[in-house]
Amino acid sequence: MRSPGPVRVVLTHVVLVGITVATLFPVLWVVKMALSTSQGMSITANPLPTEFSLENFRYVLSKSSPDGTWLFGRQLLNSLVIAGATAAVGVGVACTTAYATSRWAFPGRDRALQLFLLTQMFPGVVAAIPLYILLDFLHLLDSMTGLILVYSTTTVPFATWNLKGYFDTLPRELEEAAMLDGASRWTTFTQIVLPLARPAIAVTALFAFLTAWNEFILAATLLSDERRYTLPVVLNGYVGEFGAEWGHFSAAAILVSLPVTLLFFGLQRFLVEGLTAGSVKG
Amino acid sequence: MFVGWFAASALGAEISLWHAYRGDERAALEALCSRWSVEHAGTQVLPIYVPNEALASKIESAVPHGNGPDLFVFGHDRIGDWSALGIVRPIPGDPPDVLPSALAAVTWKGARWGWPLAVKSVAVFYNRALIEAPPATTDALLALADQPLPAGQFWLVQEIGKAYHAGPWMHGTGGGVFEGDVVHLDSPANIEGYRLVQRIAREIVPPEPSGALVTQLFNEGRAAMAITGPWFLGEVNPAIDYAVAPLPAVSSTGLPAAPYLTVEAVFLGRDNPDAAALAAWLAGPEGARVRQDVGRQVVAATGVPTSDPVLAAFRAQAELAVAMPVRPEMARTWEPVDRALKRLVRGATPEEAAAEAQRQYRVLSRPPPPAANPAGWLLGAGVLGAVGLALGGRAVWRAPIRKWLWAYAWVAPAFLAMLLLTVLPFAVGAAVSLFEVQESTWTFVGAGHFLDILLARDFPLGSPLSFWTTLVVTIGWTIANVGLHVAIGVALALLLREPWIRLRGVFRAVLILPWAIPSYITALVWKNLFHQQFGAINALLALLGAEPVSWFGSFSTAFAANLCTNTWLGFPFMMVVTLGALQAIPRDLEEAAEVDGANAFQRFRHVTLPLLAPALLPAVILGSVWTFNMFNIIFLVSGGEPDGSTEILISQAYRWAFTRGHHYGYASAYAVLIFAVLVGYSRLTNALTGRKVV
Repeated sequence: MRSPGPVRVVLTHVVLVGITVATLFPVLWVVKMALSTSQGMSITANPLPTEFSLENFRYVLSKSSPDGTWLFGRQLLNSLVIAGATAAVGVGVACTTAYATSRWAFPGRDRALQLFLLTQMFPGVVAAIPLYILLDFLHLLDSMTGLILVYSTTTVPFATWNLKGYFDTLPRELEEAAMLDGASRWTTFTQIVLPLARPAIAVTALFAFLTAWNEFILAATLLSDERRYTLPVVLNGYVGEFGAEWGHFSAAAILVSLPVTLLFFGLQRFLVEGLTAGSVKG
Repeated sequence: MFVGWFAASALGAEISLWHAYRGDERAALEALCSRWSVEHAGTQVLPIYVPNEALASKIESAVPHGNGPDLFVFGHDRIGDWSALGIVRPIPGDPPDVLPSALAAVTWKGARWGWPLAVKSVAVFYNRALIEAPPATTDALLALADQPLPAGQFWLVQEIGKAYHAGPWMHGTGGGVFEGDVVHLDSPANIEGYRLVQRIAREIVPPEPSGALVTQLFNEGRAAMAITGPWFLGEVNPAIDYAVAPLPAVSSTGLPAAPYLTVEAVFLGRDNPDAAALAAWLAGPEGARVRQDVGRQVVAATGVPTSDPVLAAFRAQAELAVAMPVRPEMARTWEPVDRALKRLVRGATPEEAAAEAQRQYRVLSRPPPPAANPAGWLLGAGVLGAVGLALGGRAVWRAPIRKWLWAYAWVAPAFLAMLLLTVLPFAVGAAVSLFEVQESTWTFVGAGHFLDILLARDFPLGSPLSFWTTLVVTIGWTIANVGLHVAIGVALALLLREPWIRLRGVFRAVLILPWAIPSYITALVWKNLFHQQFGAINALLALLGAEPVSWFGSFSTAFAANLCTNTWLGFPFMMVVTLGALQAIPRDLEEAAEVDGANAFQRFRHVTLPLLAPALLPAVILGSVWTFNMFNIIFLVSGGEPDGSTEILISQAYRWAFTRGHHYGYASAYAVLIFAVLVGYSRLTNALTGRKVV
């Protein structure tokens, strides 16, 4: 494609920087509160920090349990394991489902897809207590497995639909050729389709990861040991019935969002390297 | 480690204790627990911290199913409904020496349900650099309005727009929620109370006084007085020379302005004599001393003197406070009174506001629909089920299932997980909509709730409480949000794939921050950006020469504030999905179109968009479903203001279930109707797009 003229390049960058500044504008208050020495919610017209204290970060990072476990490290690990497993299980299960529904018109396929979409329309308000009773019955309370299962199930419908949408756009010729060469359906799927679908898988995995990464009501209800808590549970612990420790909350919120941003920064390679770098191009 | 485990399990007795204490209070409680464990060999006390927002729901889920703790700490105000549900039980033994008002607060229906640990009520914090002593009467308080203060300073900050915080003024005029056993929000004494609140709010308190503003103004030395509670001790700026005093007396009656008293008590989660002994000890003098000295708690125990003047002032205030009523009706009064107070500040007369509050209370305590006979329903459900099974069985029988067995293996894991963990809990929850649940009695009412909702029986069709009005708002909310999410998301994704953009990776990563940062804090930051006097948005408008806008004073501006917040939160998701979807579109096509002379818009409209649409459609449809049910933004930003007009369906369902006194059946019927509307929506998109999406 033709490269644009210098005027357009400069203008585009100016617009992008403007949008980014506008996007970051509310974040500035979070940073300001994290760097302040007070625990109040900042409500001023000036978003720039007036103090530069790292005390809130030190406080959040240095908590330990009575038996000496470094809580932040432990809880970060819990969150990484739970969100990582959710992304793996949710996207893994969704990949096969999405591929099957994209390629084969087996009886009941449309009904199953409908059901997936319908589940997203259930307001969660009414299902909370029955879900608790069910997990109790399955002996999955107070376990990471239970939490991972519930989170993965929540992510499956979007993951399936998003991946199916992408699989639908992939040309079938390569798969047909592989099958003619004697490859099994499974081999074709894992060796040819999945590598081509990397951009969609990356997006879907990020979505699943974030769903599990930010949830806290279920986590706090199902888990009963502070060493098993995930970071959002701890984060919401800075909010009390009447007051809140906004300085600690902001510092922890920044720490919680850093791994996600870094993860996304790393995932980008897959996002932009789909078909263009694959075997179809050309 | 094995030995340790063996020792603990051999000695057996573990006492678990759930609490939501933070900071010093938590340290004090944990110190007491370890001390008890040391002094009682063979007993191990395990304090378990649960965030406040999750504690009530955790207790309500766990205790009735036998998974509860031995003890838990909670405010006394839930005793009314929790005793009816069997979540709290009478606590055995003689009461420890505590304030009579605290003991009265945990006594209900002739039994004592827990031992009081701490008492919490508001009092006056005052800045000694700005005022010598707080005024002793409300006349003296209001007279301060005539004394000029330097710009940007205020005599008093208080969250006066909330029923809890307006309580002292209402009590001081002889009013209160109950008159005897009956809720009487429009009694003459309450109307006088509203009149006093209106004067204080309009004459000496700054506009839109939120908790954040109270903290901020007092900590910056810009407020002479702040009316708030002991929780403020953790936030107050130590550089301020402050002291605490009780609230003034109301001049017209001579009565003290008595704030609400919340008694934090320790409750038994299961019958366990050792746990009951620990509870009595925690509440008694030994426990109280540590909680007071280490935890800086205003303890309920008597005979534990303190040298801390702040704690002493709060103790003095607690003796003049009104214990929060535990009657179940109380829960239905908060919203009507909150709305009345906001209305007063906007200029309604006290009489109008009081009458409206009482009317709303009556609507919220709606009489249950008549009991229905389940026999007909069972028969109908049976027939439907049989027909469904027969039709389904026939379809399955006829379909070439065997031939496709291998394909079912690919979808089975997702399908089964979905049935078990999503469909089953929802079906059970939806069945609740056929019942009226009051305390622990269930009455079958059939379609009663649905008829009440759909026929808007309890209020006019145009009222914000009406299903149909809320539905219109919800649809507008969804369309506006999804439209903006998609427009901004797609535009940014298209820009960010151009190879000549510098630092593309950095832009992409920074632009997902709204999605990555926990939305609880960013939503509250947005709310503060829209503050009438101190918010950044009005400050920016002022730079452009515009008048400050009272964002939450009218429907359109409050809706815009919600929309702005949710757009900011939602566009990164669409941007990321679009970035992924764009990868399947070969750029050769666009290049070819460019060679043919198509301009940028034509290329997007005729080449990119048609290829992008199928991959983007799932995100658009699911995004609109999620936005339809996105209640936390409404809750955190506008809170439904003004007068509940910005509520959406899901936030109404939430309120009916939790903040309007537990109308579970009615709330569940709301949820089923939301589901029905969304199913209708997906049919409509099918028809409109002319393709089978679902």
